[in-house]
Amino acid sequence: MTAQAPITAGIEIGGGTWRFPASQPLRLDSGAKLAPLEIGYKTYGRLNEAKSNAVLVCHALTGDQHLASTHPVTGKPGWWDRFVGPGLLLDPERYFIICTNVVGGCMGSTGPASLDPATNAPYGLKFPVITIGDMVRAQAMLIEALGIDTLFAAIGGSMGGMQVLQWAADYPEKLFSAVCIAAAARHSAQNIAFHEVGRQAIMADPNWHQGAYLAAGVRPEKGLAVARMAAHITYLSEAALQRKFGRELQRDGLSWGFDADFQVESYLRHQGTSFVDRFDANSYLYITRALDYFDLGAKYGGVLAEAFVKARHVKFCVLSFSSDWLYPTPESRDIVRALNGAGCRASFAEIQTDKGHDAFFLDEPLLDQTLRGFLAAQSQARGLA
Amino acid sequence: MSAIREDFAEILKLVRPNARVLDIGCEDGELLELLTREKGVDGQGLEISPQGVAACLARGLAVVQGDGDRDLDHFPTRAFDYAILSKTLQQMREPRHVLSELLRIADQAVVSVPNFGHWKVRWALVSRGRMPETGALPEPWWSTPNIHLCTLRDFTALCDELDLRIDGCAALADGKPARPIDPRQPIENWRAETALFLLSRRSEPQATATPPQNLFGEVELPKDEPPKPKRRKR
Repeated sequence: MTAQAPITAGIEIGGGTWRFPASQPLRLDSGAKLAPLEIGYKTYGRLNEAKSNAVLVCHALTGDQHLASTHPVTGKPGWWDRFVGPGLLLDPERYFIICTNVVGGCMGSTGPASLDPATNAPYGLKFPVITIGDMVRAQAMLIEALGIDTLFAAIGGSMGGMQVLQWAADYPEKLFSAVCIAAAARHSAQNIAFHEVGRQAIMADPNWHQGAYLAAGVRPEKGLAVARMAAHITYLSEAALQRKFGRELQRDGLSWGFDADFQVESYLRHQGTSFVDRFDANSYLYITRALDYFDLGAKYGGVLAEAFVKARHVKFCVLSFSSDWLYPTPESRDIVRALNGAGCRASFAEIQTDKGHDAFFLDEPLLDQTLRGFLAAQSQARGLA
Repeated sequence: MSAIREDFAEILKLVRPNARVLDIGCEDGELLELLTREKGVDGQGLEISPQGVAACLARGLAVVQGDGDRDLDHFPTRAFDYAILSKTLQQMREPRHVLSELLRIADQAVVSVPNFGHWKVRWALVSRGRMPETGALPEPWWSTPNIHLCTLRDFTALCDELDLRIDGCAALADGKPARPIDPRQPIENWRAETALFLLSRRSEPQATATPPQNLFGEVELPKDEPPKPKRRKR
């Protein structure tokens, strides 16, 4: 079932699409069942004999499983390739690194663009609403299918960090260590508000066709691009935008019209238009909804610490960025306090940077240093060093 | 072990093997690492500086970037066997609250404070009329982080007020071995430059199942002279 890719640059890369039989549906938090379930995934390195070196990397809202290999649509390098490779933080010679496309996504996992077996047409809005919990449940199914009992580490930033927290709450027995970067234990009103702007932009596009645009042979590209533009602003910081663009103009002088006069406009337009090539608008609706529904403590009477009481053996590392206004530092502090309250051993650092939320993709020496320190220590404790 | 700071050496003697330890203001994690290596403790650090946090992480320690003034309230009651606060109580905005929190979070607290009653401090103030700058308090008044200094008498009075029991006390001075003292002796308020306390709550039964042996050497309440320290092999 796994399509073994050729060895690139000495790294063993595997993965493909895992198809679960219809008899093995994904049970969703909404009560619905999703079958057949397919999970697109990518692996780097090799599972050791003790099966103790598996690392699950969880991607963010618009990410995918192409962690450290060329993206099949954009041709760009993997989104975290600066961390994956020989001698790097996640060394495939030491770890078996797994990255899965989340359920609801559009890069090989079952999502709204997949065929609904009931109608043999794309699901569109017939796709059930999914949650972060559902994404993690699907990952757990894949991990089990791959023959792995315990993950050495689950690592993720942003929505990936939320999945890591969900892992700690739902599958603590399958977790040795956990790294949660620039995330939150629940979506704030502001988070939901920004997502609502994005969704409304998509749904206002006449090409959206109530979600059935694939049957109509069109795509709501304008709406999706606007959604991406609005969201992209939240991934940066005011200081970063100012530093990168200021009031710099694209050409000499103003156009006295509504062309992209300012470089920042041009940059955002580019972010929007390049995004639509690789992302499905309905997936964007469903995944943003999953994020908005995320409130890890809700199931535990609003006491977040209760979510972690069974994860006392798990070593946690929580990181935030000082200029992140999407999931600001106090959100990470709440997580750490809950972990401490639950009696878990947790490390936390706020990394000083002006790069905003997106800093976890970028070159940030203190991020490297803290992650390296944490993983090295856990690796030693796990006997992988 | 000759390079170990004398206060660390004392703390190392105090802490029970495999205990749960919270080190507040753990800096680069030297003490926690020592306790982990020598006593197999399950340690958690709290440190305000990013450099300190990074250093702790590199040592493989669990450390939270945070502030003893703000972040202790979130730890559950009796989550630790020991809470350690080394030479930082006087830098806290609310030392009384912090001290009380230490003994809510942990069964015992190890707290060291510079003694503002030390003769050098008194002498500097009396003879020069200037804020003292001594070995234990090296910085000028305008840059010192110490905002709540106290004397040994002040400290023991606060312990009484908070109904804390002093299970042990040792005087520390740079480069010299620790000296077990009775902190309530007036003479010690003159000659102890820094004092390290082991505290527990009076209102609760002795929380430790097996109390650490021979805390700081045996101190009997002395009449005139404090007893010579009984030193053990390190």
